[in-house]
Amino acid sequence: MEKRTNHMEYLPDMEQIDSDIKDKVIEAMNAYIPEKYTENDVLQALEHDTKTIEDFKALLSPAALPHLEEIAQQAKAETRKHFGNSINMFTPLYISNYCENYCIYCGFNCHNKIHRAKLNYEEIEKEMQAIAKTGLQEILLLTGESKKMSNVEYIGEACKIARKYFKVVGLEVYPMNSDEYSYVQKCGADYVTVFQETYNSDKYETLHLAGHKRVFPYRLETQERALMGGMRGVGFAALLGLSDFRKDAFATGIHAYLIQRKYPHAEIAFSCPRLRPIINNDKINPRDVHEPQLLQVICAYRLFMPFASITISTRECQRFRDNIVQIAATKISAGVDVGIGGHSDGEKKGDEQFEISDGRNVKEIYDSLCKNNMQPVMSDYIYV
Amino acid sequence: MENDKLIIGGHEFNSRFILGSGKYSLDLIKAAVENAGAEIITLALRRAATGNVANILDYIPKNVTLLPNTSGARNADEAVRIARLAREVGCGNFIKIEVIKDSKYLLPDNYETIKATEILAKEGFVVMPYMYPDLNVARSLRDAGAASIMPLGAPIGSNKGICTKEFIRILIDEIDLPIIVDAGIGRPSQACEAMEIGAAAVMANTAIATAGNIPQMAEAFKKGIEAGRQAYLSGLGRVIEKGASASSPLTGFLEN
Repeated sequence: MEKRTNHMEYLPDMEQIDSDIKDKVIEAMNAYIPEKYTENDVLQALEHDTKTIEDFKALLSPAALPHLEEIAQQAKAETRKHFGNSINMFTPLYISNYCENYCIYCGFNCHNKIHRAKLNYEEIEKEMQAIAKTGLQEILLLTGESKKMSNVEYIGEACKIARKYFKVVGLEVYPMNSDEYSYVQKCGADYVTVFQETYNSDKYETLHLAGHKRVFPYRLETQERALMGGMRGVGFAALLGLSDFRKDAFATGIHAYLIQRKYPHAEIAFSCPRLRPIINNDKINPRDVHEPQLLQVICAYRLFMPFASITISTRECQRFRDNIVQIAATKISAGVDVGIGGHSDGEKKGDEQFEISDGRNVKEIYDSLCKNNMQPVMSDYIYV
Repeated sequence: MENDKLIIGGHEFNSRFILGSGKYSLDLIKAAVENAGAEIITLALRRAATGNVANILDYIPKNVTLLPNTSGARNADEAVRIARLAREVGCGNFIKIEVIKDSKYLLPDNYETIKATEILAKEGFVVMPYMYPDLNVARSLRDAGAASIMPLGAPIGSNKGICTKEFIRILIDEIDLPIIVDAGIGRPSQACEAMEIGAAAVMANTAIATAGNIPQMAEAFKKGIEAGRQAYLSGLGRVIEKGASASSPLTGFLEN
């Protein structure tokens, strides 16, 4: 077996920024012992108008689970206060699934024998035209993490095309340096989401065996580099279930909290993915993050950062998604295809990253939101 | 009361309730406007859609004055661009300036707001800046050409009432422009309170959007605002802080 590289060491092409946020997040996470919190801590937390960091810890603890109904009630009230009944809609567009990373839990990993594909500009435009026809005005562009196969210029061009059809363009691609973020921002990208997967660096090392993604600190500093590059918003997520999900959720929240304190204008977003089964790997399954735990995490994010956008993934089923948008989530994807080239009439070119559980199209999600007295919002931003 | 008009930038209004259109279902807007008796409705230009999906503009009754806001702007320059865009897409001349570079509390940036007001007033907009109540800033806004001043009562969406009451009172006393309390008003009684101290109008959104019955709450606000206005015009009676007062406890001896 080939010798693995040091996952804490930056590669030569990786920008190193002067920031203490990474260390603070890790320190705070290591000090958090979820089992230490009692029912009384949870009740105290629920009493507070604004939740402290200690409150956030209590709300994520096992002791909070019996109080999930109360927590959800509070989360709902906070969500309504900040967002009313608005729910943003968007769809992801996978433009390439080439990947140089070896992440053992991911369907796109470089050792997984799947159909690889990359859309050319014409195909991207065709896909976007098809998506725009559904009425969506926000798009999230995704690639596998291969800087060779989908370089910064390629992503920039995709953003420029997206800007023709959509008001809001997000990116979920490999982490970049701040000057590269500045470039894609000028091409039309508004916000950047990067999943840290797990904030436990020892665990991280065992899951990400090769590729740029193996470098833990560079990934953890992505949101900050994106903001330095001029992005309006940044998204945070741990893939719940890879490690201790409570500690990972806490680290995700504290990461966002520290970034917002340092960059007060930054718009903060959370995604809440759980592990899903993937192609050619039946050993991967959500571990201990069942629906009540997921709901607990989402509500804790909401109560700790009431103003943050929370996205609910198609990894979750229709029932969960329809309910969570009435409690704490404020953004929902629709008409999702996680393969390459599935939106327009043409044949799908490349395989999917994971299995989705909610295959409803845009109209179905739209109607279902309306039925539940929610207001679907297609765009909440003007690019000026 | 009959001739009690709200005048903003030369335009006359009978209603002193400015209604927000965000955070609730589009198909409730019409009923809310009607029950509120509102003649001005704000809308976030960033929400105004184009294309084949539901467009908020289609849901707003035509006889209502649109007050587009510049939410999403983080500096004067962006606010100016959004304002111009609003005019281009047919939202009229009114503009509510919101410059916010704090994603947590959504507090306005007064300095950038003054800069945007100056530019837009010169371009002929009826400029209504949302601001943190500060007398010096209000004077600068007035000098820059603002048509009204919109100080916040409490953070947007907080429904906490007029936490900044004493400072708003100073603006009402010192600035000869309509002072419109914007943000933080959570109940009709708080809207009434704002009007009692002499606010020219009240703007509310979240309080109505998050109510169980939106049109009914819109009407409750209307009544609160009207009651407060009437009280202000009538001249409030004095408030006795401690017990009853004898007619002349200290000078009565003079009569003996």
